[in-house]
Amino acid sequence: MELLAFGKTGWGDELFYATLMTIAVSITAMLVGFFFALIFTPLKLSKYKTLNLVGNFYTTVIRGVPELLVIYLFFFGGSGAIMYVASIFGYYEYIEINAFITGSMAIGIISGAYSTEVFRGAIQSIDKGQFEAAKVLGINKFGQFYKIILPQMLRLAIPNLSNVWQITLKDTSLISVTGLVEIMRQSYIAAGSTRDPLFFYSFAAVLYLLLTYVSMKLINKLEVRYSRGY
Amino acid sequence: MDFELMITSFPKLLEATVVTLKLLSASLFFGLFLGLFFAILRLNKNIFINKFAYGYSYIFRGTPLLVQIFIIYFGLGQIEYLRTTFLWIILKEPYWCAIIAFTLNTGAYTSEILRSAFQTIKPGIIEAGKSLGISNKIIFYKIQIPIAIRQSLPAYGNEIILMMKGTSLASTVTLMDLTGVAKYIISTTFKPIEVFIVAGGIYLFMTFIIHNVIKYLEKKYSFQQ
Repeated sequence: MELLAFGKTGWGDELFYATLMTIAVSITAMLVGFFFALIFTPLKLSKYKTLNLVGNFYTTVIRGVPELLVIYLFFFGGSGAIMYVASIFGYYEYIEINAFITGSMAIGIISGAYSTEVFRGAIQSIDKGQFEAAKVLGINKFGQFYKIILPQMLRLAIPNLSNVWQITLKDTSLISVTGLVEIMRQSYIAAGSTRDPLFFYSFAAVLYLLLTYVSMKLINKLEVRYSRGY
Repeated sequence: MDFELMITSFPKLLEATVVTLKLLSASLFFGLFLGLFFAILRLNKNIFINKFAYGYSYIFRGTPLLVQIFIIYFGLGQIEYLRTTFLWIILKEPYWCAIIAFTLNTGAYTSEILRSAFQTIKPGIIEAGKSLGISNKIIFYKIQIPIAIRQSLPAYGNEIILMMKGTSLASTVTLMDLTGVAKYIISTTFKPIEVFIVAGGIYLFMTFIIHNVIKYLEKKYSFQQ
C-alpha cells in the first residue's frame, strides 16, 4: 500500500495522472476514429466501384495488420511525413510531433476501421422503406440522414460501438512503446525503480478492468436511452 | 521509395514469420482446449464453478494483452518460490511466457465463443437424441460438440485473425517475430514506410489465407438444407 501513496513517497498520484492520460488518449482516438468512419462509411456504401475499393482497402489493411506495426509506422514515420509536407511549403527545420498526437492518431485510424464496419452494418440493416418514406414525404437529404437514419442507426450501432471502445481502450496500452506516459508506461517506470513488477503490472490490470467496467455501465445507460420505444 | 531495401528485407521478414506462425499455432492449439474446458464450466449449474469461469474470461478479456504478457514475463519471476520449482525452466524463457499469455488470452475469448455456440443449439436436437435412447455423454460428444464447432466457426475465424495480430506483442518481450524484426529494420534504416509495406503485406497475406480456409470449412460443414 505504501507503494501507492500520493506525493513523493509513492506512485499513487503518478498512476492517477497516467489513468487520466489513458482516458484522454482513448477518447481522442475514438473521436479521430469517428472522423475516419464519417469519411469511409459513405465510400463503402457508394455506388461507384472505385470508391468502394478505397473504403475496403482501408478497413482490410488496418484490420489485417497488427496494431503495433501501425504504431511503429506512425512513431518512426510520422515526423518524416510532416517534414516532407512542410518542405513543400518551404519549411526545412526539424519537426517533432508530440507522442500524444502520434499515439492518438495511430489508435484513431485503427479504431476508425472498426467504427466504419459498425456504421456500415448499422446503415445496411435499416429497412429500405425508411429511406423511401423519407423521400416520398419530401424531406431533404440532410433531414433524411439527421432525423431519420441517424437515430435508428445509433440504436443498432451502440452495442457494437461499445466493443470498439473496449478495443480502443485496450489498444492504448500499446502506445507505451512510444514513451507516452499512460498506465502501462507508468507501471513500467514504477516497476523498474521499485523492482516490484508483479505488483505494478497487476495494479495496471486492475486499473484497466476498472475502466472497462465503468465504461460498460455508462454505455449500457446510453443503450437504454436510445432503444426507448422498442 | 527504396525498392532495394524492400527486396533485401523480405527474406529476413519471411524468416521471422516462422516465429510468428509457431507462436500462433501453439497458442491456438492450447487455447482451444482451455476454451472448451472453460466453456463447459460456464454451462455448469453450480454457481461457484460458473462464476469462476466467468471471472476468468472477464479478467482476460477486460485487460490488454500487453499487461498479461508483462505480468507473466516480468512479474512471475519475482516470486522466489517459483524460481525453485521446475516451472522456472519454462517461465524464464520469453518464448514460453508469450505462449502462456497468448493461450490464456485466446482461451478466454474461445470459451465465450463456444459457450454462446452451445447455448444456441436448439433443445429439440438434444431431446431427439434422448428420445432415441442415446446416453448423455454420447449426446454431448457426438451431437453437441460437432454442432457447437460448426456454429462457432465464423467467430473463431475472427479470433484466429485477432490472435495473429496479438502475436506481434511478443516483440515487446525480446522475441524476434515478424513485428520485432520489422521494428529492428525500421530503427536501423529509418525507412518505416517500405518496411511497413513488406511486413504488413505478409500479415495481410496470412489474414487472407486464414479467412479463406475458414470460409471453406464453413461451406464444407454447413447444414444441409
